Amino acid sequence: MEQSNQQHADLARKFNGNESRVNWHDETLWWIRQKRDKIVWQVPEWEALREAASQIKHHVLGNLADYLEEFERNAQQNGVTVHWAADAAEHNRIVHSLLQQQGVTRMVKSKSMLTEECHLNEYLAEHGVEVIDSDLGERIVQLLKEPPSHIVLPCIHIKKEEIGELFHKYLGTPEGNADPQLLTHAARLHVREVFMSRKVALTGVNFAVAETGEFVVCTNEGNADMGAHLADVHIASMGIEKIIPRREHLGVFLRLLTRSATGQPVTTYSSHFAKPRPGQQMHLVIVDNGRTVQLGREQFRNSLKCIRCAACMNTCPVYRRSGGHSYHTAIAGPIGSILAPNLDMKQYADLPFASTLCGSCSNVCPVKIDIHNQLYQWRQVITQNGHSPAAKTAAMKVMATTLSQPKVYTLAGKAGRWVLRNMPWLVNNRLNPWYKQRNMPEAPKQSFREWYAQNKKQG
Amino acid sequence: MTIGLFIPCYVDQFYPRAAIATLELLEKYGCSVSFPAAQTCCGQPMANSGYEHLTHSCNEHFTTLFADYDYVVCPSGSCTLHVKDHLHASNEQAALGIRRKLYELTEFLTDVLQVTTIDAYFPYRVGMHQSCHGQRGLHLAQMSELVAPPFSKPLQLLQQVKGIELVSLNRKDECCGFGGTFCVTEEAVSVKMGKDRVADHLQHDVQYITGVDMSCLMHMEGILKRRGSKVQVIHIAEILNAAVLQPATV
Repeated sequence: MEQSNQQHADLARKFNGNESRVNWHDETLWWIRQKRDKIVWQVPEWEALREAASQIKHHVLGNLADYLEEFERNAQQNGVTVHWAADAAEHNRIVHSLLQQQGVTRMVKSKSMLTEECHLNEYLAEHGVEVIDSDLGERIVQLLKEPPSHIVLPCIHIKKEEIGELFHKYLGTPEGNADPQLLTHAARLHVREVFMSRKVALTGVNFAVAETGEFVVCTNEGNADMGAHLADVHIASMGIEKIIPRREHLGVFLRLLTRSATGQPVTTYSSHFAKPRPGQQMHLVIVDNGRTVQLGREQFRNSLKCIRCAACMNTCPVYRRSGGHSYHTAIAGPIGSILAPNLDMKQYADLPFASTLCGSCSNVCPVKIDIHNQLYQWRQVITQNGHSPAAKTAAMKVMATTLSQPKVYTLAGKAGRWVLRNMPWLVNNRLNPWYKQRNMPEAPKQSFREWYAQNKKQG
Repeated sequence: MTIGLFIPCYVDQFYPRAAIATLELLEKYGCSVSFPAAQTCCGQPMANSGYEHLTHSCNEHFTTLFADYDYVVCPSGSCTLHVKDHLHASNEQAALGIRRKLYELTEFLTDVLQVTTIDAYFPYRVGMHQSCHGQRGLHLAQMSELVAPPFSKPLQLLQQVKGIELVSLNRKDECCGFGGTFCVTEEAVSVKMGKDRVADHLQHDVQYITGVDMSCLMHMEGILKRRGSKVQVIHIAEILNAAVLQPATV
């Protein structure tokens, strides 16, 4: 338990072993935060848009069952086959069975954080199916045998020189060449061959429109479209929270999504998929995987409003300096830290503590999730469920006792300051994590209360 | 109007000069201030660590001590925010009353006392650290994430101090990484955040870093001292209370 509670801190410490790389990571993501600021200031009604989006999602979460059924009916009428998956395992089985029906062992997949959450690639690999991720960033981390470190920018932790080496090894690009144009051209040729030869393509879903049964997939690379249009079978995986009631609501969400994510006005491709073309099969897998549990947790319900823009990651001063992998979950950063404990409270007990509660995440969130308040609430829930280290609990009990008794507090304060002044080596040593890279404050002879008693008398 | 002075425990112990400046400043503006000597801590260190359930006796104690004042004023955005958000007691009416009449020092000066002139002299180059809880929690200043008109209560006050030269930072409201127990449980990231915040100030050649929260300043001070810097941290109350000397050059 002790270990799980420190996992983020340990991984973050390792990430901080290379300070210049941390600086580079921080500055890269801060640049995206600045791009976001610049473009949202061009929308005078920005705050009203956020509020509208938040309220639409609030309404959806309050009527989710009805909208899901309406969506299913309309999608079926359009000729789409709808599957329901209670959890990750069921989702993976459904996808695998669809592949088996086609008799194929190869699939192309565009970005879908849900499939990361369900560990679909690993599951399919175990069952002899090869999945090629067609999003460039995802393909890069896939070749590196790493998970994405960021939900919008999967390989943001990798430098172009490292991509040059990787592509030299796997795609035969010239050694030592890290020219982005050359590398993307090589990737294009590589992925194009994949698009042309795969019979089954899987995509994610950004928005599912209840009134029409259509779903919208947003990409900058057009890779979802390339995959889906060339394949005989299109499988789309979506979480139950992706529903919006009407098509007109896309006017709110599409304006918010990419401005928040990358500082672009809109994704290059916002593709509406309504029905299969003649001869094609279209399957939708609608996944719960813990979402209905979160829906039932009143203080955490709003986390389901998330549209996966990653603005909270880009702005998070901790994320920028600890890297996505330090969160050891598919969805990193502040939003991941409030979603993951719902999936496994013990395994992710450390994540709500990987924050200073600065609140910047809640302010950039396009659907106004009160992320930092939920981090605070998760800390309470995790502690009350016994997932805090025993040593921490003991220390907190001592602290609570000291701080609730004026005499004990006064004595402890006096003793502490005396130690700092007279035996600083007791505190200024390697056992004190504060002292490792920071000096302790100087201890004054007199506390304020002592000064007050001496100079003001009347308390 | 009697004011109950709420001094955060670590300010009481380590930065009494910030508390003295707060008291003197309030008295300068004609307030009758008293410091309930039995006060200890608001309970934030436990609550933010996931132990809000251990703060009951702190809360009871706090509520008893401060219930009868017209206002409660505190020179810390963070402790003020914690009490405003989380103070509950068996006498819930009294607790609610405190949550309503509790103010962070600078907002008390600008919003309640409506101070328009500051008689202070501080002829130095100063960087203002926007502490997150005061800014994003109490809305002491506009937040860079929002598309909304700018304002800043602490700066509004500092700008009236004679001789002061305020710098503008590259990242005007990024967290310093203190974060309560975060500063030790996530030592590596906390220090890195602090180093980066300090670097922004140093790049602008400040002589002092100020702010409304001594905890953030204590963290940055620890980093400054470790690197042997001469730059000092100072609570905003100390600047606002800095004696007006009128040298011939001003």
